[in-house]
Amino acid sequence: MSYALREAIAAFRRAPVLTGLSSAMVGLALFVVGLFALATYNLQLALAAIEERVEVVVYLRDDTRQSEIDLLLEELTDMDEVRLVTYVSKRDALERARAELPEFGELFMDAEVNPLPQSLEVELRPGDRSAEVVERVATAAEGHPFVEDAQYGREWVDRLFALRRIGLASTAVLGGAFALVAALIIGTALRIAIFARRDEIYVMRLVGATTGFIRRPFLLEGAIAGLGGGIFALALTYATYRGVYAYLFEIAWVPGGWVALGLGIGSAFGMLSSGLAIRRHLHEV
Amino acid sequence: MIKLSHVSKEYPKRGHALRDVSFHIKKGEFAFLTGHSGSGKSTTLRLIHMADRPTEGEVRVSGFSSERVTERDLWKVRRRVGFVFQDFRLLPGRTAQENVAFVLEVTGTPAKAIQPKANRLLAQVGLSSKAGADVNELSGGEQQRVAIARALANDPYVLLADEPTGNLDDRATRGVMELFWDINAKGMAVLMATHDLEVVRRHSTARVFELDNGALVYDSAASEAPPVDRDSSSFDGETP
Repeated sequence: MSYALREAIAAFRRAPVLTGLSSAMVGLALFVVGLFALATYNLQLALAAIEERVEVVVYLRDDTRQSEIDLLLEELTDMDEVRLVTYVSKRDALERARAELPEFGELFMDAEVNPLPQSLEVELRPGDRSAEVVERVATAAEGHPFVEDAQYGREWVDRLFALRRIGLASTAVLGGAFALVAALIIGTALRIAIFARRDEIYVMRLVGATTGFIRRPFLLEGAIAGLGGGIFALALTYATYRGVYAYLFEIAWVPGGWVALGLGIGSAFGMLSSGLAIRRHLHEV
Repeated sequence: MIKLSHVSKEYPKRGHALRDVSFHIKKGEFAFLTGHSGSGKSTTLRLIHMADRPTEGEVRVSGFSSERVTERDLWKVRRRVGFVFQDFRLLPGRTAQENVAFVLEVTGTPAKAIQPKANRLLAQVGLSSKAGADVNELSGGEQQRVAIARALANDPYVLLADEPTGNLDDRATRGVMELFWDINAKGMAVLMATHDLEVVRRHSTARVFELDNGALVYDSAASEAPPVDRDSSSFDGETP
């Protein structure tokens, strides 16, 4: 076993309370980040579900010829932003209305006086569901004289994307702030642990150990403390998720990649904090 | 071996700690660095150990110049210079052997060679029987012997000692000084800072430097008459 690894493990053995407290502080700091990640992920899922429903419905005049419908269908399908165009005949529209709006059942009983128009439902590709794209598709459709109207709920789409922008901004700002606070707490915890071993650093400098050699066990110790804290934070976040799922409302657990990233960030924070904390001790001799 | 050429050291708050000091210590020489508290003895040792750089002048240690050695290469200087302190600076909670072995380990001694060499060094300082004792349980004289064994771990060319007997009683002082002489007799240069004139007087064959207010005022190799009253036992004015 290398000296660095042996010393890093020995440090945990020599001062279990101090290193345990360091890991716990790292864990609590990362727990806040974990909760934020859980909330952000579920907000993203909710917004993505709403976004799925963004589509343009092109209502056609009753006297539109089949060739005109085919022409518009082809024209819309050829647009890069469009994933699928579905023709909904007057009859299909009526059947759907009967199924979805049973309270108006009687109104839709007489197929001869079907008040519902035929339409083309335009589904957009993911990533192209912005207000601008939706408007462009609608405008293209409205250029045809046989098109009665093209609806997409402009206000609703605008609000959805405004909400998404706010979500992204708050994720960046709050996530950054939480990460910074976590980094400061981790840095302080590890600085205390390193301060307790300043005599060793002093002796190593005194007798001519190289800087890299001195640093390595502390960096490794920081990484282990960060990883330990990350696992602790993961356990707390998962317990919170289970609690919310069981007693409050249904939420999703974050993807495995996020978990791995969180543990990696915990280790990296630990290593970085140790590296910064040890710098000042390296210049004492 | 060690050469100081017109060395001055000025600290921002303290002012001048050393003024235009020059001397040369050859291989195998034993020298005392004497003077009052604050005369610049510790500063001189720190400059030789390259824990500090001079404000003016040059310090040369075993081929390394204070003007050219980089932070990255300081470890090379440190392995050529052993250092012993008044307050020992051992690692508490570890045995005498672990304190010595720690140095060997962190300076890259092969794992198999660490224990035998640590034992040999402890035997050299007369502490074989206390190798397994926690350093906190050892007397002051024994702790200083462990510190000396640690300083010898890298087989340095020179041993610097900053008031190594300052915390010891007379008997322990004599023992530690005998040890320094033994080490010197094997060819290692020793430069010892002390304000204890009794210690200097007992070893009349050693070279003596005297610092006063940062300036070198006496070098026994160049001058016969020391400026300080040698009848007192220390620079603080105590009489025997």
